[in-house]
Amino acid sequence: MTLDTDPGVAPQEEKLEMAADLTAAKEVAATDIPPELVAQSFGGYLRAWMARIRSGDSGVLPVLLGLIGITIVFEIISPNNVFLNTGNLVNLFQQSAVFMVLGMAEIFVLLLGEIDLSVGYVGAVGGAIAIQLVQPVTINLPWWLAIAFALVVCALIGAGMGFLITRLRLPSFVVTLAGYLIFNGVLLIILLLGPFSGYPTLCTSSCSGAQNNSHIIYQLMWGTIDPTVSWIGLAVIVALFGGSMWWRDSKRRRSGLVAPPPSLTFLKIALIAVIGVVLLLICNANRGRGVVQVVGVPWVIPIVLALLVVWMVLLERTRFGRYVYAVGGNPEAARRAGVNVNRVRTLAFALCSATAGIAGLLYAANQGGLSNNVNGGQLVLYAVAAAVIGGTSLFGGRGRALHGVLGGLVIGAIYNGLYLLGLAAQYQFIATGIVLLVAVTVDALSRRGAATGARA
Amino acid sequence: MSNGDDGSRPAQGAPGPPSPAPTASSATPLLRLRGIEKHFGAVQALYGVNLDLPAGAITCLVGDNGAGKSVLTRTISGIHQPDKGEVFWEGRPVHIRSPRDASRLGIETVYQDLALADNLDIVQNMFLGRERTRRGLLDEDSMEHTAKETLASLRVTTVRSIRQPVVSLSGGQRQSVAVAKAVMWNSKLVLLDEPTAALGVVQTAQVLALVRRLRDRGLGVMMISHNLNDVFEVADRIAVMYLGRIVAEKPASELDRQTTVQYMTTGGELYIAERQAALGA
Ligand SMILES: Nc1ncnc2c1ncn2[C@@H]1O[C@H](COP(=O)(O)OP(=O)(O)O)[C@@H](O)[C@H]1O
Ligand SMILES: [Mg+2]
Repeated sequence: MTLDTDPGVAPQEEKLEMAADLTAAKEVAATDIPPELVAQSFGGYLRAWMARIRSGDSGVLPVLLGLIGITIVFEIISPNNVFLNTGNLVNLFQQSAVFMVLGMAEIFVLLLGEIDLSVGYVGAVGGAIAIQLVQPVTINLPWWLAIAFALVVCALIGAGMGFLITRLRLPSFVVTLAGYLIFNGVLLIILLLGPFSGYPTLCTSSCSGAQNNSHIIYQLMWGTIDPTVSWIGLAVIVALFGGSMWWRDSKRRRSGLVAPPPSLTFLKIALIAVIGVVLLLICNANRGRGVVQVVGVPWVIPIVLALLVVWMVLLERTRFGRYVYAVGGNPEAARRAGVNVNRVRTLAFALCSATAGIAGLLYAANQGGLSNNVNGGQLVLYAVAAAVIGGTSLFGGRGRALHGVLGGLVIGAIYNGLYLLGLAAQYQFIATGIVLLVAVTVDALSRRGAATGARA
Repeated sequence: MSNGDDGSRPAQGAPGPPSPAPTASSATPLLRLRGIEKHFGAVQALYGVNLDLPAGAITCLVGDNGAGKSVLTRTISGIHQPDKGEVFWEGRPVHIRSPRDASRLGIETVYQDLALADNLDIVQNMFLGRERTRRGLLDEDSMEHTAKETLASLRVTTVRSIRQPVVSLSGGQRQSVAVAKAVMWNSKLVLLDEPTAALGVVQTAQVLALVRRLRDRGLGVMMISHNLNDVFEVADRIAVMYLGRIVAEKPASELDRQTTVQYMTTGGELYIAERQAALGA
């Protein structure tokens, strides 16, 4: 630093300025700042957190409360209280996975204040490409190569739409609406190209060697991890994750930077461990009916969680992520700071579409194949709903990948619970719509709270 | 500074050769503008602007609304390109084609509309576009340290936490953050476009004290203001703009309020004489 030295200031002037600063401090004390930033103890943190919630900025709390509420209601009204059965819960995770990943996809563009209406069909195109490529009677591509190819195609589609949006300054709403139609058509063409015209399937059971690649894609959703391996895996993850978190926070505390008190760091790590243990207890309980024993964590769970971690690191710990938030918050400020705004936007659309491709793969695996009745319109609405229900703002600049996962879980729970009640799709639409309205209202109210707080 | 961008900044040597243009002061100013013209379509915003911005002095640029002060600022900071004219940095001719170019020379700007991202916190805003990374990930600790030191050295002490989002700051605090952001980068010249326009009395005093501190540590400062109270409180030199021209450029001691207002509203004798000459020709 060359600025450490501060020569030539008379002590007298210093005193005057101190006085001015003190007055200012009093005046400023009323404005709303995230209070936990200045809290020193655990109790202080809790109080600060409550104050923040009262001021309207509640983070993931509404979605967690919503999730608990939905769970209680469905547990009470579902026949034989089947909602919280381990078998049903695993089923619920599997059903939610597609919504979660689509929600994470949409968050990339929502953070910019844009929207992508094409994620449903672009994702399905990715799934269809992968499925057609691994069929033994076509080119029987290795499963990983087929997936990589499909995701690259999706990313290019997103980059193309991003190019139109940034360079030609077309509204994302219109460009991705066109994409929605175009890729609905492209999906139908791809489905008709393969050996099982219109309905390419994945190999679901008793697969011979040649069908192995097809079977592995099916296993993305339905394959399970050996219980022992899953327990060891959890222990390793909690140790690594908790250790690094503890190390980072205590290092920041030592060097006088903003950091939570040790008790809070410990609580966070403990919470992650408890969630992991509960998840494993649920998944490793026998959920088979009769003599067939079914146990183990479905692969889809670690896949979704790994994607969550990767996207959280990208958005919250890298330059690119920082620029996504900056462009969403104030594009002109980002531009003047030397950020290549067009490149950030285009990349965000590419990442959105590639993530949608992963969702498409999981969708295909869940269904054991794809058919021409993929409802891409409904999927995109669920994607936006998942993100917003989770706490991501529709107005740009505010949101996290975690919101997609939590919001997707809410949508999955509604879907699953109403299905258990034997209620048909129309009620599911209505219920999801109402939850979405509640979520948007929370978003709008908290924005208003933040705005008035700052001007106070 | 331990900032990674510094390597790309050209070495700032001794003052360059004497400028070809005539000059009032003996020392080479940090920045010298000669004959700068700028138009937007049919609208001409700057007419042959000459201006010197020396180091260690506050030059206040005053003028009525629409006089071209903001356009001139944006031209110096690389957002606009001049149509004609020359720019000398420490005596050497330069072309400033982007805000990046300006930063590389050591010119930082606090824009009238602030250019802070509300959703980012103070540290994130101060390092926006120049984040430090370690192994591909943001080095938050080192950025937070530096931001903290900079704010402390400028005695910006009223913010409660440098991890609070900018949206939660008062106007004066936001302005202080914007100024701190500008001086954190080894800058030599800081341009401030109406830094006190939206502020109350106490906050204005705070920002003006900050501006003086910049001068006292040897930076060149150009401050635009509408408020002559503010101007006469801090200015070492005053330049008056009128309809896209600089009509007066003098030490503050040689100007009083009345004359300044006259320059601002009529362009002063210089402009009137010029116009008469043009009409006569
Ligand atoms: N980007 C632009 N395009 C066209 N005209 C502009 C632009 N920026 C400024 N102008 C014009 O240039 C003139 C000077 O404006 P400005 O520099 O903003 O004045 P001020 O001295 O109040 O800051 C005004 O007539 C304004 O309309
Ligand atoms: Mg202006």
